[in-house]
Amino acid sequence: METLITVLVGLLVTIAVYLLLSRNLIRVILGTALLSHAAHLLLMTMGKGLKKGSAPLLGENAASYVDALPQALILTAIVISFAVTAFLLVLAYRTYKKTGTDDLYALRGLDDE
Amino acid sequence: MNNIIVMPMIIPLMTGIILIFLRTRTNSQRIISILSSIATIAVSIVILNRIQNEGILRLDFGGWLPPYGILFVADSFSMLLVITTSIVTGILLIYAFSSIGIQHESMFFYPFIFFLVAGINGSFLTGDLFNLFVCFEVMLLSSYVLITMGGRKIQLVESIKYVTINVLSSWFFLIGIAYLYGTVGTLNMAHLSVRIAEVGQGPLLTVISLMFLIVFSLKAGLLLYFWLPGSYSAPPTVVAALFGALLTKVGIYAMFRMFTLIFYHETIITHTVIGIMAILTMIGGSIGALAYNDIRKIVSYNVVIAVGFILAGLAMSSEIAFEGAIYYLIHDMIVKALLFLIAGTVIYLTGKSKIEEMSGLIRNYPMLGWLFFITMLSLTGIPPLSGFISKVYLGQGAIETGSYLLLAVAFMSGIFVLYSLLRIFLNCFWGETIINEDDDVPLKKGMLIPCILFAIMTIAIGIGVEGLAPYVSDAARTLMNPDIYIEAVLQGNR
Repeated sequence: METLITVLVGLLVTIAVYLLLSRNLIRVILGTALLSHAAHLLLMTMGKGLKKGSAPLLGENAASYVDALPQALILTAIVISFAVTAFLLVLAYRTYKKTGTDDLYALRGLDDE
Repeated sequence: MNNIIVMPMIIPLMTGIILIFLRTRTNSQRIISILSSIATIAVSIVILNRIQNEGILRLDFGGWLPPYGILFVADSFSMLLVITTSIVTGILLIYAFSSIGIQHESMFFYPFIFFLVAGINGSFLTGDLFNLFVCFEVMLLSSYVLITMGGRKIQLVESIKYVTINVLSSWFFLIGIAYLYGTVGTLNMAHLSVRIAEVGQGPLLTVISLMFLIVFSLKAGLLLYFWLPGSYSAPPTVVAALFGALLTKVGIYAMFRMFTLIFYHETIITHTVIGIMAILTMIGGSIGALAYNDIRKIVSYNVVIAVGFILAGLAMSSEIAFEGAIYYLIHDMIVKALLFLIAGTVIYLTGKSKIEEMSGLIRNYPMLGWLFFITMLSLTGIPPLSGFISKVYLGQGAIETGSYLLLAVAFMSGIFVLYSLLRIFLNCFWGETIINEDDDVPLKKGMLIPCILFAIMTIAIGIGVEGLAPYVSDAARTLMNPDIYIEAVLQGNR
């Protein structure tokens, strides 16, 4: 299971880097979103295995419990990445309205008004 | 329990929330924001004095003892920075009253300033790596809003760069946290330090430490500063001053914590890399400060030089060098805010930003001219002002540890700072005046008073070093001996 997730993380990072390097603003934003998902999956995998025991707090008799910390961490990280992605999307929309382009090359070297 | 140490974060946070409901009432927003900054300053000073008597304070949220719970830790280093942050914000707020304009004020400008401060103070106080990430994000998200607020074309374009870079570096931060947790199984900073000391900092941990170095370098503008000059010159003056004074310092603080508390075993690799990066930063910053003739760009590149200078102190890694770096941090937060304010005021008065296009401002605005002169002297490190003592300590530290190259570059960078600011002074303030009587824009009192307050602060720090010295030497001692911090946090239950 861990191997599968790790491969998936690699795949996500590949796609994200490809998207980040493109000229289109929306693609870049999608790239950052994918990148954060890759990080979340990696956090999940790092917590001493994905599932090695039963869920914490549901009973007191299990031999071992799954590590709850990574779950708490990614819960927070997901919320933050949603907020940042939402902000970036609005920013992209405003930039498009203001400059009339979403091509990052065209946005380069803008002189100070 | 020391519930008081959560106050520097809670007060700005609550103020921000309250101010959201007072959107249209500009006057009450102003009064509440000033009162809240004064309260934060007062509380922080109380905490700093308690630390001197009782040692490092900590607060375990929900009563969960470390290493299991999340916690706030206040030592002299973090509290000194918290106090400076609160003072700088308070003075900048006065400048904002007369300069930012009603449109910003009724569009949640003050709430976001306070959220930014809450994030910054939280980053200084937290004793837990993941909370550091969260506080960083609180700070960054507010800074995204502040940099785009107003929606001018240049702001939007520059903020895309700024936001994307910061999202990337947050991603690296998360990956670093994931690997660190996977390797040593804890995120409490003191506990991390203990565990790493137990297993020894092997190659894997060194690689992770370099990953954190990349993250914090991106935030602090150490070598990876390409995003900085553009995005710091786009927003309105107050916001630029806030960014230039505070934002990079949080990255610097995090780097100090990481590389003095947690990853201090392989100094040959990590600290050498930091030293090389600091040298390159100072060189690059100096080149940038000389290359541009836009006053905002020159000022922004001065931020870059200061970052290199402070982290040279980290690279030397001796108690005296740390003292110098802490003095410089405090000094730089105040004087950079002043420098940004004066640059912004000059642009406001002349309507131009190229230094060739203005001349003789000192005839029309003598006070502003002399304030700029004081700033220049202070940044260069002329004795009665605040920059001097830090340079002395840093030089002493460099000679002690034998890092002569760092010393040479650090002191050379001072000359470049002087030269780049002298260019501004000669071009803008000296010479024939180009503004005739009719076009003379009156300099508002609300713009001049904050600058005077900052100037008083820099003189006061320079003259009153005696009063500051016990706190700074305590902070440097804690940085040099991580055991003090670990003992205060874990108190034996490792």
